[in-house]
Amino acid sequence: MYPENFRYTKEHEWVRVDGGTGVVGLTNHAQEQLGDIVYVDLPKVGTQLEQGKSLGSVESVKAVSDIYSPVSGEVVEVNDTLATAPEKLNSDPHGEAWLVKIKLSAPGEIQQLLSAGDYQKYVGAEGGAH
Amino acid sequence: MTQAAAPVLKTTALNAAHHRCNAKMVDFGGWDMPVQYSGILEEHHTVRRAVGLFDVSHMGEIEIRGRDAFALVDSVTTNAVAKLKVGQAQYSGLLYEHGGFVDDILVHKVSDDHYFLCVNASNQEKDFEHICAQNKTGAEVEFASPRYAQLAIQGPTALPTLQKLTSTDLTPIAYYHFTDGAVSGTPARIARTGYTGEDGFEIYIAPEQAARIWNEILEAGQEFGIKPCGLGARNTLRLEAKMALYGHEIHASITPYEADLAWIVKLDKGDFTGRAALSKQKSEGVKRKLVGFEMVGRGIGRDGYEVFQDGAAAGWVTSGGPGPTVNKNIGLCYLPVERAKPGERIQVMIRNQAVDAITVPTPFYKRAK
Repeated sequence: MYPENFRYTKEHEWVRVDGGTGVVGLTNHAQEQLGDIVYVDLPKVGTQLEQGKSLGSVESVKAVSDIYSPVSGEVVEVNDTLATAPEKLNSDPHGEAWLVKIKLSAPGEIQQLLSAGDYQKYVGAEGGAH
Repeated sequence: MTQAAAPVLKTTALNAAHHRCNAKMVDFGGWDMPVQYSGILEEHHTVRRAVGLFDVSHMGEIEIRGRDAFALVDSVTTNAVAKLKVGQAQYSGLLYEHGGFVDDILVHKVSDDHYFLCVNASNQEKDFEHICAQNKTGAEVEFASPRYAQLAIQGPTALPTLQKLTSTDLTPIAYYHFTDGAVSGTPARIARTGYTGEDGFEIYIAPEQAARIWNEILEAGQEFGIKPCGLGARNTLRLEAKMALYGHEIHASITPYEADLAWIVKLDKGDFTGRAALSKQKSEGVKRKLVGFEMVGRGIGRDGYEVFQDGAAAGWVTSGGPGPTVNKNIGLCYLPVERAKPGERIQVMIRNQAVDAITVPTPFYKRAK
């Protein structure tokens, strides 16, 4: 379910490091919790992001949720297809529906993020609490 | 160490059935209710195109009986109860003296001395006390909610679905009319009413029968593609049809005139609670009014967001979100009356950004008759 080569946040974002760039997305758990996603607000190319700070927002039919950046750096590419097809976040959150690519300014930050196994445990526990 | 107790949510007779259907449950005004089953958008489209089944048993029922039943109901509601025929239902307002809403309700005339009120879940105790406090003549007022489960069968194939389970001929029941019959062998009040903008029925049955009837309706509707639907779709459907939601479009500080509900106020019917305040407001004119809008810029204006006109704060969004059938981001908002006509440019403050929108005529969606 959760790719081994991704790292995860407790706020349900993932990042896949590819050289000096991090590809960022929302987890499958996040899209399941949100339900039908109808709108995504993403930053522009060139925006400086800080780890743990708001990257943008995602809206389901019912509600708005913040997206937090899992890593610091500059936005070098934005997935524009989500502007017209936000529902891809429901169908392929770990693939086609990546959000942004970030040029990492502090690659060491990755070490603070959860592994696939730890994230799986974390959402399992979160799910069980309800 | 002591632990804070988890809030105890009220449940309908169908709670176990919802959990079995893998519904996503939410705390809705103190009730453990399904917000969605398969997905809000899919459920929304199913109601517009086929048929959906909703558990709305959280809604309250108040029954008023006796020789003075008419006088009491007429004195606490805004619409003309005298116009109702036996077997007819009417949308109405229950107001405070100052003209604000206690609740919006449906009044059903069962007989000359028996009225059946369907009221909002989170207002039912308040409504009951409000009515009892004005019961000067000795009509019998019953808090009847525990005796009823309510199911809504909504959509273009609601009729053929429900018809399979009842010998009552449903076709002659006109919109906003009802009849007492049986559904699948259990006594049922069958009303051609709804909160979706589609044709459909709301049935009132004994809670003990609700789980069985729920399953039988799902089976009966299978050939039409029926789906169980949650409160999420109920909200997008009613918003497109511009039906008011208590706590949003209407509440204690809003009058029917402000809420664009003048049609439920009959000032000439005789006295009723709130009449003096409404009469005064009518002659002086309202200051703010409910109006529909569509987003022009990218973004979704949601409940509670501020609305600006010409750079100044002018009002607020009461309900807003995607309109899946009209395929636009829509909403309702209060604006100063002189600027509350369709075609006004407004800005909705979405997370500290002013996003363009325009006021439009409502309803956003009207079904083809």
